Amino acid sequence: MKSGYKRFLIIGLVLSLAFLGCAKKEEAPKMAAGEKGEGGTLVFGRGGDSVGLDPAYETDGNSFMVCDNIYEQLVAYKDESTDIEPGLATSWDISPDGLTYTFHLREGVKFHDGTPFNANAVVFSIGRMMKDRNVKFAGEGFDIPPQERPPEYWVSMEMDDTVGSIEAVDENTVVFKLKRVEAPFIANMGMDFASIISPAAFIKDPKGFLRNPVGTGPFQFVKWVTDDRIVLEANKDYWDKENGPYLDRVIFRAIPENSVRFLELKVGNIDICQFPNPADLELARKDPNIKLVSQPGMNVGYLGFNHTKDMWKNIHMRRAVAHAINRQAIVDNIYQGMGQLAKNGIPPTMWGYNDDVPGYKYDPELARKELALAGYPGGEGLPELKLWSMPVPRPYNPEGLKVGIAMIGDLAKVGIKANVTSYDWGTYLKRQREQPDDMDMFQLGWTGDNGDPDNFLAVLFDGLASPAIRTQWKNERYHELMQQGKQTIDQAKRVEIYKEAQQLMYDEVPVIPVAHSTVIWPMRNNVMNFKLHPTGSVRMKNVRKE
Amino acid sequence: MSGFIIRRFLIIIPTLLGVSVVVFFLLAITPGDPAELLLGERATVESLEAMREYLGLNEPLYVQYGLFLSRLIRLDLGETIWTRQQVWHEIRERFPATIELSLAAMFLSCFFGIILGIVSATKQYSVFDYLSMLASLIGVSMPVFWLGLMLMLVFALNLGWFPVSGRIGVNTELEVITNFYVLDAILTRNWSALGDVLHHLVLPAVALSTIPMAIIARMTRSSMLEVLRQDYIKTARAKGLSEVKVVFKHALRNSLIPVITVVGLQFGILLGGAILTEHVFAWPGVGKWIFEGVVKRDYMVIQGGTMLVATVFVVVNTLVDILYVVINPRISVR
Repeated sequence: MKSGYKRFLIIGLVLSLAFLGCAKKEEAPKMAAGEKGEGGTLVFGRGGDSVGLDPAYETDGNSFMVCDNIYEQLVAYKDESTDIEPGLATSWDISPDGLTYTFHLREGVKFHDGTPFNANAVVFSIGRMMKDRNVKFAGEGFDIPPQERPPEYWVSMEMDDTVGSIEAVDENTVVFKLKRVEAPFIANMGMDFASIISPAAFIKDPKGFLRNPVGTGPFQFVKWVTDDRIVLEANKDYWDKENGPYLDRVIFRAIPENSVRFLELKVGNIDICQFPNPADLELARKDPNIKLVSQPGMNVGYLGFNHTKDMWKNIHMRRAVAHAINRQAIVDNIYQGMGQLAKNGIPPTMWGYNDDVPGYKYDPELARKELALAGYPGGEGLPELKLWSMPVPRPYNPEGLKVGIAMIGDLAKVGIKANVTSYDWGTYLKRQREQPDDMDMFQLGWTGDNGDPDNFLAVLFDGLASPAIRTQWKNERYHELMQQGKQTIDQAKRVEIYKEAQQLMYDEVPVIPVAHSTVIWPMRNNVMNFKLHPTGSVRMKNVRKE
Repeated sequence: MSGFIIRRFLIIIPTLLGVSVVVFFLLAITPGDPAELLLGERATVESLEAMREYLGLNEPLYVQYGLFLSRLIRLDLGETIWTRQQVWHEIRERFPATIELSLAAMFLSCFFGIILGIVSATKQYSVFDYLSMLASLIGVSMPVFWLGLMLMLVFALNLGWFPVSGRIGVNTELEVITNFYVLDAILTRNWSALGDVLHHLVLPAVALSTIPMAIIARMTRSSMLEVLRQDYIKTARAKGLSEVKVVFKHALRNSLIPVITVVGLQFGILLGGAILTEHVFAWPGVGKWIFEGVVKRDYMVIQGGTMLVATVFVVVNTLVDILYVVINPRISVR
């Protein structure tokens, strides 16, 4: 028996030492680099796994960033802006009445499964999202399988109210007939949801497609290890070979903890680190092997008012708040250098931005005066206000609660008593929409979809357009401008319209724009040509490793 | 004996039924709407309504519970809200990772915990006793999150002995059969992958083992101390047995009963997914999965995950009950 215990001890000790003894010098993964600094594997570290890879049904950035490399759309956004350039369509014509769009497709393009890209594939990809499926194929078409669930972006961009029918006229021509004039339509066709997928692959397994995506993009899908990594490899038959892809493989790795992700970058196990902690950026600057790239995000964080309450119908009250809050201090201290003070409802990188709007200056004295004009001198007679603050970090607002606390501190200085209220994110979104009595002010924001000012100014602030508009500000002139903007195809004229709208917003104070956040990502020095895109998409087509 | 075992297993059924009621209705009264979270800021009234309808959230509560139960009986856990995958499929992909990590951590903590406990008990009030009990106090109170990061900083970043996070290197090819990577590597005789997998397992297993190790060490020590005072130990010594024989043959076996209870409980907890460890080490296991399900209000993940954890917990505890009898025949079987 004694020897039995001894054996137990010895075996255990040997096993655990062997286990701990697995220690060996971890070698930095060697990349099979090609001759001209081409090829190799790039590992992209991000905070979470993708949800799915069927662009029609996804809603989150982690899914879209992989889709961006597998799929392409009829039109594309330029490298560092949301200006439109040809994608899978080489050109397009718009009829004089603005209701018919004819797309001429690129020839000789193949999907990753070898099937040809053509007009029928476009009709299939976009048509499957339509409610009434008013589509016509050229020659032998496809039976479009029923929808599994509502296609999110198609529904929320109100595409069923815009697109009347889609027709493949011949192998390489597609005609979209619209129900109404919609200037942002062409920009919408560059969004992820409008990606062109392989009809053959989808029909083969409609339910499994989101895990076996097939598109025309520079990279093709290889495998997905859930919650761990998605592996893509270069599309050898890519139509635009002259411009990429240069990498052999791209791996998207999910590393949820920000500081661990940054450690992986330092060690060299990943090449790009998404969303680092602000504190780690300092370390990144000191590290000779790491460089930073930054891009002003296409977003806005704002403070809204509950316009259904009488108190907020008084413009002096709104102005008092606008001048009482020190937004610059919020940007400096809470965004920690990863943000920019906002004066308009759209980010400055977007066309149509009105730089002549002065923006509300921080002026407690002026705020007190406005408060007196509103009928509450020194805050007398004012109930304690409730300022709703976001419980989750969003791209446009890293720490809603801290922002809220800073705001009520500033408000107290001019005599406005307020407290910070919060709910879990789902409840917050739901109750905010109801504009309840116990909400006076609320934080919210927006990340742009397609680079069109309409996607900010109308979607967020035109309360007369729909009860779903979150700010519920109702202004006749503003509504008129938004309608004009949608129905004017000429971009120069639209710029004028949106500039006037921004001035009107400044005058009327429907919301207080707080900040546009800046995205800063560290990466290894040998990663070349990686550009952050304003839409947040992650494109590996032009990236190389040296 | 077999009647006892069958009875113990039959009790599991009502227990799990109770769990299903609690899980379902707690979830129903918890605020937060999965449709809102899925669609975020951009949701329109129309898209929300379509999504709620699709997810079946518009049905009355008792109908939803009935559906849930009828599926459960057929062992069908449904489809997740976010990823649109079968819950079973998601569990099959992640549970092996959790089991692998838990087994490694449990192995470390039992082995070192029991040895620490025995040595402390036999050398009571010695410097070693104080030191090891201090170490276990630190072990039990050290946040895993912090410990994980420290281990990474020291052993991965500075010394470069271990990988920082993950389950397998990005350049390691492994044919996945069972999703137990260690097993898969052995089955496919892929020794380099086996090395890589074990290498990745070390840091998270060490981080995860500290708390159970500390608890096991303290439990072994106190139980051992009690046994060492018994008359039969004196008898054993009096008849001239060596100290090693006294400790290991007579004392250890008798003091293991409470230790096994603790081991069982701890193992059950670990199998439920070590949320923090899995989060820090980017370990694709069930703990992280359930936690993210809670954050996203993915009812299907929460329901399926909780049922899984409850089942595992109950089964492990039942096995521990049975093990008592095997170890100590004096515990009567009724």
